[in-house]
Order: sequence, then C-alpha cells, then structure tokens
Amino acid sequence: MIETLYLLIPISVVLVFLIAIAFWWSLRSGQFDDLEGPAYRILMDDDHSSASSSQVSGKVAEGDPDARPRESPAANLRDS
Amino acid sequence: MSETQSTYNYKVVRQFAVMTVIWGIVGMLVGVIIAAQLVWPDLNFGQYLHFGRLRPLHTNAVIFAFGGSALFATSYYVVQRTCHTRIFSDGLAAFTFWGWQLVIVLAAITLPLGFTSGKEYAELEWPIDILITVVWVAYAIVFFGTIAKRKVTHIYVANWFYGGFILAVALLHVVNSAAIPVSLTKSYSAYAGVQDAMVQWWYGHNAVGFFLTAGFLGMMYYFVPKQAGRPVYSYRLSVVHFWALIFTYMWAGPHHLHYTALPDWAQSVGMLFSLILLAPSWGGMINGVMTLSGAWHKLRDDPILKFLITSLSFYGMSTFEGPMMAIKTVNALSHYTDWTIGHVHSGALGWVAMISIGSIYYLLPRLYGKSEMFSIKLITVHFWVSTIGVVLYIASMWIAGVMQGLMWRAVNLDGTLTYSFVESVKASYPFWAIRFLGGFLFLFGMLIMAYNMVKTITSGRSVDDARVVLVPAAHHA
Repeated sequence: MIETLYLLIPISVVLVFLIAIAFWWSLRSGQFDDLEGPAYRILMDDDHSSASSSQVSGKVAEGDPDARPRESPAANLRDS
Repeated sequence: MSETQSTYNYKVVRQFAVMTVIWGIVGMLVGVIIAAQLVWPDLNFGQYLHFGRLRPLHTNAVIFAFGGSALFATSYYVVQRTCHTRIFSDGLAAFTFWGWQLVIVLAAITLPLGFTSGKEYAELEWPIDILITVVWVAYAIVFFGTIAKRKVTHIYVANWFYGGFILAVALLHVVNSAAIPVSLTKSYSAYAGVQDAMVQWWYGHNAVGFFLTAGFLGMMYYFVPKQAGRPVYSYRLSVVHFWALIFTYMWAGPHHLHYTALPDWAQSVGMLFSLILLAPSWGGMINGVMTLSGAWHKLRDDPILKFLITSLSFYGMSTFEGPMMAIKTVNALSHYTDWTIGHVHSGALGWVAMISIGSIYYLLPRLYGKSEMFSIKLITVHFWVSTIGVVLYIASMWIAGVMQGLMWRAVNLDGTLTYSFVESVKASYPFWAIRFLGGFLFLFGMLIMAYNMVKTITSGRSVDDARVVLVPAAHHA
C-alpha cells in the first residue's frame, strides 16, 4: 500500500501548491477586483444569430430592470 | 486584426453539438439493451454482445462520447464568446473533433471484441489511451491558447471550471492508464493489487469530480444565466465555489474501497473528504438555482430553463446522496447494491445529461441561424418524458438497492444467512423492469430531440459569420 501513496500524496501536495500559485496569480492580476460586473457582461454579449437578432436583442433590458450593467464594460478591455 | 479573427469558429461547436445528440442516442440505446438483458437474460447473444462486453461500451459511450462531445461543444463556444476572440487554432480544434470521434469509434469496436484493460471507466487499451492523450493535449492548447489571446482582462468563471476539468483529466488519465504493453491489444497495469485499486479509484472518483462535475459546472455557469437572461445569483460565490471544489476534490476516491484491503485510515480520509465536498457542491447548486430568484415565472413556459434548473436539482440531490453513501456505516448497506447504480444515474441522467440537453437546445438555433428550435412544444415533451424516465430509474434502483442490502445482511437466530444470493436477484426483477422502462423513456426523449434538431438544421443555415463583438454592450447603452 505504501508505494502507491508515495505517488499519490506527492501528486496531491504538488497540485495544492500549483493551485495556490494559480490562485495567487489570479488574485494579484486583478481577476477578483470586480466580482459583480463579469456576471452582467456575459448577458450583454448578444449571441442570437444575425437573422433573428433584431427582434430579441432588447430582451435582457426590457425583461429585467436589475439586469443592467452597473459600469461601462469598456473598463474590462484588455490593453494590448 | 485579420479577417478570420473577426468571426467566431462555430464549425467545431456545430460538429460537437450534433455528435452530442447522436452519441447520446447510441450510448443510451446500449444502456437500454443491457437493462433489458438483466430483465430477460435470453437477450445475451453470443460472446460479443453479452452484458459483460456491452456494459463498458455503455459507460464509455455516455460519459466520453455523449458527455465529452457536450463538453467540447460548449467549452469551445463559451471560451470564444466570453473571451471575445476566435478560437486559438482552427486546425487543432478540427483535430480534436476528428481525433475524439476516432477514439469513440475505436472504443465501439474494441470493447465488444473483448480488448480491455479491466479498469472501470478506463477500459480502453494502451494504443487508444495514447490517442486520447494526444487529442487531450491538443484540446488543452486550443482552450488555453484562446484564453491567452482573450480581448478582455477578466476570465469568466465558466472558463475556470472548464480549464480545471481539462488539466485534471489529463493528469488522471496519464497516471491511471500507466501500463506495460505485451502486445498491440493487451497491457498490464503498472500497479498491482490494492495499489492498483487505490490508483483506479483515485482516477475513478476524480473523473466523476472533474469530467462529470467541474466541466458541466462550467456549462451551468454560462448557460443558466444566458437562458434566464439574468446574471448568476452571486458571482462572488461562484469564484469561491471553484476554488473550494478544486482544493478539496482529489481525495474522495477511497470511499469506493470501504471495507476492503485498503488501510482503514485511508478509507476514513476518503469518507471525510467526501463529506467536506457537500459544502462547495451545495453552494454551487444554490447559486445556480437562485439565479432565477425574482424571475421564477420564466420557468413556467421555457422548457430549456426547465431542463437547466431540474438538472441543478438532481445535482443537489446526488451531491447530498454521495457524501451520505460515503459514510462507512451507510456504505455497509449500499455498497455492491443497485443503490449505487441509482445514485450514478441520478447524477448522470439528472445532472449531466439534462444540463447538456438544455445547453445544446440553447446552442442549436444560434449555430444554425434560427431564432429558436423548430418546436418548443417538443422540447417540453422531451423534458417531461425524460424527467419521468429519471424518476422511475432512480426510485426503482433505490428500492432494489436497499432491499438487496437488507437481504444480504439478514441473519437467522442461529447465525446463518436468511437469504441466498439468488433470492435477492429474484426479488429484484420487478425493479429492473421499471428501470428498463425509465431508461427507455429517457432514450425516447433523445429521439424527440434528434427529430427537433434535424428539423431545425434543415430549415436553417450554418452560421459561419458570427462576428466578434469587442464592446458587447454597445447597442444597449
């Protein structure tokens, strides 16, 4: 039994460190600075096919008054 | 920005979305056949088509062909739409499609022929395992390459779940499939005895955790808000959900080996981590369901939303049931009985299949230039047929499972067993018949979906000009 645990436990330990690094990176790079906007931003992306987009594009705004953006999504653009 | 980068790659999404429905029908058909073989043993024809050969074909087809295609389709769609960029490499994406289909076809040929490594959910022999690894590496390059070239700073939470699923499955597959080949069609595991069992269930349960949970949670965090037209209940909770899940998942596997040669302490660790998992699982389930808070009326006439929200209810049910069954004393009753089969299908049919079906219904009109599916009414029919199917399936398996567990442990006053094994088999027949009916209904629902899909496709056009919109809210402002 011991031998397998020599494999699986180090994998878990290394993994926890890698996950911690990923978490640290995402924290430092500002992934969690805005924990409200991203939820709204996917709704602003109108993915209806072009043939039908005119009749349904206003759906989000008219159906749910609280589903409107709180800030300009342009703030999220990546400067490159 | 070049011309090809100004549109999304919908082709690969379309291919995987259509194959999801087709492989769903194939995989579930094999499931219905083996359910029938348990009720009518005469249906075991010859060496290639008996229960022992078809059962791994069923599990591989529904998990990796149906579930896998759904994950490929939705992850390619979500990562492109939320990163506002075309997929990283069209060529590699096409390779993942054809490569994955080849894996599935090879599985469908080799498993009935009896080529198997004997590891549950990892039965395929070593040449196919290598092909899976190559395809998976290409998948990771396409997915993370798309993330790397994203046009917005934030990586939407669904992509974190998809990314975690891709990386974890790569690790699990490579460690568990390590084997020494003796011929082209036969290999022996690199591990032996209880160690092989430990590695196998480390893989087996994490495959449930990362393939069948994390990946589909990515689907949930995109398609539930999109279909509901509302933001997820708490984005903050979704981020906590992700990190909590991936930090705690890895050690639940030993609960598959309670009361075996595995050391007691390892079993207890597995039980403890399984119980801990209840917290992030229910956090995510509540987060998804509460997305509808204040808009419950939408559930009344939107069958796609019905599929998505019902799938979350089944997710909540099976992630409560799972930790309970991982408790040793409960497991003493449930292990090796049909209760386990019921639990798996409450997750597989109720959660995985239903969230996939809802997401594919969301995708198909968008991929084929339609405003909605050919028939909304047929989606409603599909929803009710499959819901009744799942309920019949899991209720019959619960009853059969508890009955079997109680019969096996019943002892007379003099210490002898009250029932012989075959008596418990005999008593299970009516419940196996009900399970067959439940599975048949679910398969029938998939056939309705296929008809609806064909009608939608034939009246539509393949969308290849979906433009990348950089500032998505421009026309709402």
